[in-house]
Amino acid sequence: MATTYSYQSSTLRKNLPRLFQYLILSLFVLIIFVPIVMLVFGSLKTRGEFLTRPYTLPIPPRWENYAEVLGQPMFWIMLRNSLVVMLGTTSGVVFICSLAAFVFARMEFRIKSLAFNLSTLGLMFPITIAILPVYLALRRMGLTNNLWGIILVQVAFQLSGNILILRGFFMAIPVELQDAAYIDGCTAFGFFWRILLPLARPALSAVAALTMVASWNELLVPLVLVDKDTLWTLPLGTMQFQSQYGQDLALVAAFVTLSSIPAIVFYLFAERQIVSGLTAGALKG
Amino acid sequence: MEIASASEDVLDSPRQTRSPRRVQDNLTIVLFLLPAFVFFLLFLVYPILQSLYYSLFNWKGFGPAVDFVALDNFKRILTDRIFMKAVGNGLLIVVLSLTLQLPLSLALALMVGRDLPGRVFFRTIFFMPYVFSEVITAIMWLFLYNPDPERGFINAVLILIPGVKPQPWLGSLTQVMGCLFVVLTWKYFGLHMLLYMAGLQNIPQEIGEAARIDGANRRQLLTYITLPLLGSTIRTSVYLSVLGSLQVFALVWIMTLGGPVNASEVMATYMYRFSFVRFWLGYGSAVAIVMLLISLAFSLTYQRLVRQPDYLSGM
Repeated sequence: MATTYSYQSSTLRKNLPRLFQYLILSLFVLIIFVPIVMLVFGSLKTRGEFLTRPYTLPIPPRWENYAEVLGQPMFWIMLRNSLVVMLGTTSGVVFICSLAAFVFARMEFRIKSLAFNLSTLGLMFPITIAILPVYLALRRMGLTNNLWGIILVQVAFQLSGNILILRGFFMAIPVELQDAAYIDGCTAFGFFWRILLPLARPALSAVAALTMVASWNELLVPLVLVDKDTLWTLPLGTMQFQSQYGQDLALVAAFVTLSSIPAIVFYLFAERQIVSGLTAGALKG
Repeated sequence: MEIASASEDVLDSPRQTRSPRRVQDNLTIVLFLLPAFVFFLLFLVYPILQSLYYSLFNWKGFGPAVDFVALDNFKRILTDRIFMKAVGNGLLIVVLSLTLQLPLSLALALMVGRDLPGRVFFRTIFFMPYVFSEVITAIMWLFLYNPDPERGFINAVLILIPGVKPQPWLGSLTQVMGCLFVVLTWKYFGLHMLLYMAGLQNIPQEIGEAARIDGANRRQLLTYITLPLLGSTIRTSVYLSVLGSLQVFALVWIMTLGGPVNASEVMATYMYRFSFVRFWLGYGSAVAIVMLLISLAFSLTYQRLVRQPDYLSGM
């Protein structure tokens, strides 16, 4: 009896703080959702409704805003541009970073640590800071107003972090495998291509997922490099749309909601990859 | 040498393979590093050197730079009250991040711990804002911060409390930085929480158990076991947070344009304004160089001070 009682009281004592924890955590969940829910509510109202009662439930929901945004060819052009930039950047980053990370993780040469330190220099010069120098250089190379220009710059500034992340993953692959492959007559390239890369597929998808998110959301590079509206990416287009249709808030809300859907869907599918990439980059990996 | 040739004998491979192998390895190294270094050279090193040159000129971006002004641009930047305001705002964001945002993320990570039922759910939700673009985040919060309580949700909630008046938020010289900081926290605390959660996961459970058996209470457990073992994660998170505050741009540019009256100016918006609105490209280049130096100085001192540059080489 006595033991049951003490057991109960200890569960109570254990559960009361737990209840408190859930309360606080739920409060933060609420804070996360308020801006999102308000945006979606707003997007389902007419322009007048948005002005008179912007934060009530959208009853009845008005889908006209969505129809209007989806009916604009510009939206689809931006979506396409964003996709092109994202895929171009991601393939470039995964390709270049896996080559460099392999060398840094698995090969020995005299100036290795110097080369490695140079390759992490990009971490100290993020694109936001380097944007004007980059713009001037690209103007001289004739790469402004060109999706290639955006892709090349985004690749360049994604390299450092992702080389680090991939290097960590590659170093975790057992050295014995490499020795065995070399004994069997495999070249360094053969080992990289036939053994390491297939084994490192989770790592590659982590890096790809991180790059996709970063590229998809990036504003400054397209903002600075592109002034033809047919080359706008979604973030840039969203910003321009907001300043152009500033009065029609409901329409802006619909546009913003639609442009955020790909990111959310992607996140729900690739959360594991994104999380493993970020934590591998930050922890010892 | 001895060992290498011995193993080759064992392999029964011809003796001369050793040097072709070496050549081949070197070739692999060069070819594999080449693309990355070409990118660095073209899009990082060359632009920065070029801007270093332009920063010495009074140049509006058309034609060659001819009006050489030596270090005048730098002198002007360092005496410009608005630039100093931008630096101050950057520091303010750093201080607020380190004193509020990171402790909050850490507290939430500890709260979720390693076994709270639903921890993955909370992580998913809290990290979600990270995948929204800054553009989307800015527009969402613009709606909420509308000073008219009929339109802005925050004021609408606020005036439900008796005696509280609606606030101007982004329109106020004193409130605007706080408002922006709330948005930054909303967007980024999930990232730091994620890092802390992963760091906590990495602490061997036995250490905590041993300490508990030795009679350590919760507080002692936290200060003597958990926090020290979380050290490298905390250092990384601080590093990312400070470098991140240097890079704040889109949120500020869309929500306030650095206003009202430069009250929310940050270095990136300052540089953008001079470079791409006024097209003082020589001056803008100088601003970029100053920002690069600040970033470099911070990275190097931080690495030296904490002596464990985890994010750079601890992997």
